[in-house]
Amino acid sequence: MDLKDLYRDVIVDHNRHPRNFGKLQPADVHADGHNPLCGDRLTMYANLKGEHITDVKFEGSGCAISVASASLLTEAVKGKTKSEVKELFDDVHALLTQHDAAVDPARLGKLAALSGVREFPARVKCASLCWHTLNAALERAAEPVTTE
Amino acid sequence: MNAAVTATRSATALDVAAIRRDFPILHQTVNGKPLVYLDNAASSQRPKSVIEAISRYYEHDHANVHRGVHTLSQRATDAYEGARETIRRFINARDTKEIVFVRGTTEAVNLVAQSFLRPGFEPGDEILISALEHHANIVPWQLLREQVGAVLKVIPINEQGVVDFDEFQKLIGPRTKLLALAHVSNALGTIVPVEKFIKVAKQHGVPVLLDGAQAIPHTAVDVQALGCDFYCFSSHKMLGPTGMGVLYGKRELLEAMPPWQGGGDMILSVSFEKTTFNQLPWKFEAGTPHIAGAIGLATAIDYLEKIGMDRIAAYENELLEYATERLSALPGLRIVGTAPDKAAVVSFTLDGIHPHDIGTILDTEGVAIRTGHHCAMPVMDFFKIPATARASMSFYNTREEIDRLVTALEHTRQVLG
Repeated sequence: MDLKDLYRDVIVDHNRHPRNFGKLQPADVHADGHNPLCGDRLTMYANLKGEHITDVKFEGSGCAISVASASLLTEAVKGKTKSEVKELFDDVHALLTQHDAAVDPARLGKLAALSGVREFPARVKCASLCWHTLNAALERAAEPVTTE
Repeated sequence: MNAAVTATRSATALDVAAIRRDFPILHQTVNGKPLVYLDNAASSQRPKSVIEAISRYYEHDHANVHRGVHTLSQRATDAYEGARETIRRFINARDTKEIVFVRGTTEAVNLVAQSFLRPGFEPGDEILISALEHHANIVPWQLLREQVGAVLKVIPINEQGVVDFDEFQKLIGPRTKLLALAHVSNALGTIVPVEKFIKVAKQHGVPVLLDGAQAIPHTAVDVQALGCDFYCFSSHKMLGPTGMGVLYGKRELLEAMPPWQGGGDMILSVSFEKTTFNQLPWKFEAGTPHIAGAIGLATAIDYLEKIGMDRIAAYENELLEYATERLSALPGLRIVGTAPDKAAVVSFTLDGIHPHDIGTILDTEGVAIRTGHHCAMPVMDFFKIPATARASMSFYNTREEIDRLVTALEHTRQVLG
């Protein structure tokens, strides 16, 4: 286990200077994510045009891995369609949990910096919290609006 | 003068090197570094004598207790009931009937909630706890709130992590059915001066339960001197096996309480029409108990007594002072919980670095601490922090290990810039 695999320069940088950090107002969709075990709390916001994510921001507090992962996520999903985001999440999840993950590094871009997390199983949840939260926000958008 | 000082020191000082040789688990490397185990408030380690006592029991003496006339069953019963006597003596209970074996502190609290409080409880009756409590001394009362409409009242704490005695005196009243307090806080290390709380509770005729999980490994406990009605603790925090714990209860209270689980061993006779329950303490011990657990716990107590609880407390206090001094000197480090009277627990935060990252980086340096909310989320909410890092010391820890912790924290700062 090499610490430098986990806390790569990209991760440290995105933790110290998170991109797209703050509230998105107005936001078409948002969701709160909470990892009660370590106390990470994130809110993901997104604006949509049809199937496309036109803007995404996040706020909250958490460990370096959860903040950097959320920051990297916002850069990665902007402009993508909801189904492309779903595929990307599958890739990231494979990257975080499988040693022999058949993931194309080119598709992942900077997100590949999260690969060190798989050596630290206790930290996988930190890295995936933002993805689950964004998913929840997007799924909520798909739900029919009720007037109750 | 010097000779006298030296003599006093040697009477109290522990031979920590010899003690450490008794704990096999301490002698290993973790991530290539010698292990520094500073997570004792979560669970302590076991000396060889405890491990061997459990092995010996299974290799030579095991059979079910209270049943057979054969030799092994008798041996197992003698060892199991002998353990009860060891525990009675250790906490100075009046009678072995007052020592109920349970799975741990959590089960002991739940037993009191369901068997002592629930019968005869009126909606609106109150249970008084403090803002320091572990979830194990919160959630069982909340279950009671749902079951019988109990009202949970909470004595506040101050910025030091000290329970507010004045507020307590205002909160206790005619509807208070129980005062349930941590003896020592697991998250902050605060030693609660329970004696003065008990005194006031007695004036109001309110029974008192103490959660002793964090107190009993570190200080001598005398339940008669304390005057509490119930005292709950876990074996695994005091060198004994997991899945084992003790509920001490005053005999007259336990006698009046109904059993809370039914089954074998807790009965005298059973027919389909009527069951006669067993006497104390077996009335509360349904099913085959954790026999090896009781034997292991008694052996752990033998070990603690051989060293002496007062010497353990004195040495751990030295470690606490040293750790507090060294950690306070680190830039950006804030100690959470600064009560004047503390057990050897230092909870802290580092500016700009989440406790979870601290825990991971320390682990790569071989240093084991706890990070998170320590099953005391209301305490975290009070200090408006999501989590802390917590170093908790035992008498087998050394100053050198605290130095290793400090060096690892400096390294953490370097890694995360």
